[in-house]
Amino acid sequence: MNTTIMLFLLQDGITNGAIYALLGLALVLVFAVTRVILIPQGEFVTYGALSYAMLATGQVPGTVRLAVAMGLVAFALDLFFARKALHARLVLRSIALNIVFPFALLGLVYALVGPNTPIAVNIALALLIVAAIGLFLYRIAFQPIAHTSVLVLLIASVGCHLALQGLGLVFFGAEGLRGPALSSAAVTAGPLRFTGQSLAVYGLTVGFIVALWLFFGYTRTGKALRATAVNRLGARLVGIRTTLSGQIAFLLASVIGAISGILIVPITTLYYDTGFLIGLKGFIAAIIGGLVSYPLTAVAAILVGIVEAFSSFYASNFKEVIVFTLILPVLVLRSLAAPQVEEEKD
Amino acid sequence: MSALLSVTDVHISYGKVEAVRGVSLDVADNEIVTIIGANGAGKTTLLNAIMGVLPLKGRTSFAGVDMAPLDIEDRVATGLSLVPEHRELFGTMNVEDNLELGAFRIAKAIAATSLERVYTLFPRLKERRKQLAGTLSGGEQQMLAMGRALMGAPKLLMLDEPSLGLAPIIVADIFRIVGELRAAGVSVLLVEQNAQAALQIADRAYVMELGEFVLSGTAKDIAANKGVAASYLGFQHEGESAI
Repeated sequence: MNTTIMLFLLQDGITNGAIYALLGLALVLVFAVTRVILIPQGEFVTYGALSYAMLATGQVPGTVRLAVAMGLVAFALDLFFARKALHARLVLRSIALNIVFPFALLGLVYALVGPNTPIAVNIALALLIVAAIGLFLYRIAFQPIAHTSVLVLLIASVGCHLALQGLGLVFFGAEGLRGPALSSAAVTAGPLRFTGQSLAVYGLTVGFIVALWLFFGYTRTGKALRATAVNRLGARLVGIRTTLSGQIAFLLASVIGAISGILIVPITTLYYDTGFLIGLKGFIAAIIGGLVSYPLTAVAAILVGIVEAFSSFYASNFKEVIVFTLILPVLVLRSLAAPQVEEEKD
Repeated sequence: MSALLSVTDVHISYGKVEAVRGVSLDVADNEIVTIIGANGAGKTTLLNAIMGVLPLKGRTSFAGVDMAPLDIEDRVATGLSLVPEHRELFGTMNVEDNLELGAFRIAKAIAATSLERVYTLFPRLKERRKQLAGTLSGGEQQMLAMGRALMGAPKLLMLDEPSLGLAPIIVADIFRIVGELRAAGVSVLLVEQNAQAALQIADRAYVMELGEFVLSGTAKDIAANKGVAASYLGFQHEGESAI
């Protein structure tokens, strides 16, 4: 085997693996805090990527209107569930979050959109749109059933994925889109050429992992999120709102998904349904990490990326088969090692 | 005398089975009140319902506020705190993080002084502050659970079976600290099977049987009651000498 080819494949694998790592970490985070297996993670990727790509061409993406509509539904739900004890503060908070925020975003998008809008502004707008959708998705689809079993949450999760994917077809059409690169710079090291884009992928991945580590290890909110994951009743007994923890988890996951999308859309053409497959690869990494371990998930994600790169070179027809088969031995090992446990209901 | 906690005609059901029937109780400021009774009498159920973990029918008010519309999290913010039977610690986090989260609803500056107070009350926790909560001994876990609850600066601390499964010497320690809490201005509602120890530190007591209060009065009167002595104190020979 040619060393140069091997280096190329490794580089390619690590770049993709870094993206899968981000997605895998978000999946572990959401599962730990809310017990939701976040199938719509892939849609956050697509929405982020394609909203960014549309903004770059000077169009207003339909996702921002979805955010407004979801905000209205979330507001109605807030009012309905609080109908027995409506405090002015609660209503005001709900209006600010569910009405003012998405409408302000809508206004901002219409005011700033144009073919000459700077890339940084487009990225910020795309991130805000997807963040709003992630936040409202939790409020609408998961918060009302937060106490149910993992299976019920999973079914709801599949439902959300299908709905969001269908809406994606409406918003972005069946044609694929590509976005402009974050930077056109490139560095050459021996036979390898690192584009600014792939350097941005590495930098942001490492940056995010460090930021998450600091957030969970050293801030009160981060610790509260961990506490919710460890013991929900215990968390409630010290006054941590598990609904707020869930919202923060979804917010982080949607932003991570959108960033991943924005990072890859200049490298590959994305379609309205591409995100699902990308999300699934993050999911494989998360499963290898047992849906609990962040470091194991990150390492597994890099492995998934490398296996994918090599199998697409040697057996491109079987690329996905090989990658998804990775999960089988892991599941067998895990089910042999772990004792059977009844699902805990709380 | 206005009660800090007042519970009136409370019924609690698990499906069709009524576990607590028509119970009323109150706790005043700076008072230690205990509920004693056999296993399965409904004591834990009652505490959980007062905290909002279980739904109840009836009226509960705390510090003059009607508790009905409040979730657990908001009840914590009003100064009501429960140390549950199973402690519900954050096992994979260290002692100090557990304590820090106990003050989740409290300003950080105040939390720092609370932490010092908890460490003075439980020096053992200070020694183990970097240890994971799940690796502590049973007695230390109970101390941590109490310390975590105290970090939130509660007006009323509800303790569910703090002596359960602990060595007598540790039980004595925990009951001594419960007594000290009153001096610090914290009221205590104590649920115990260890009736003898509970009656020694309490001001007043309720006796619970099969979901109802059958007797109430000052702790002294209850301890002197022949029926109580036969039913509850008589069984308490083993392991009680330390108190």
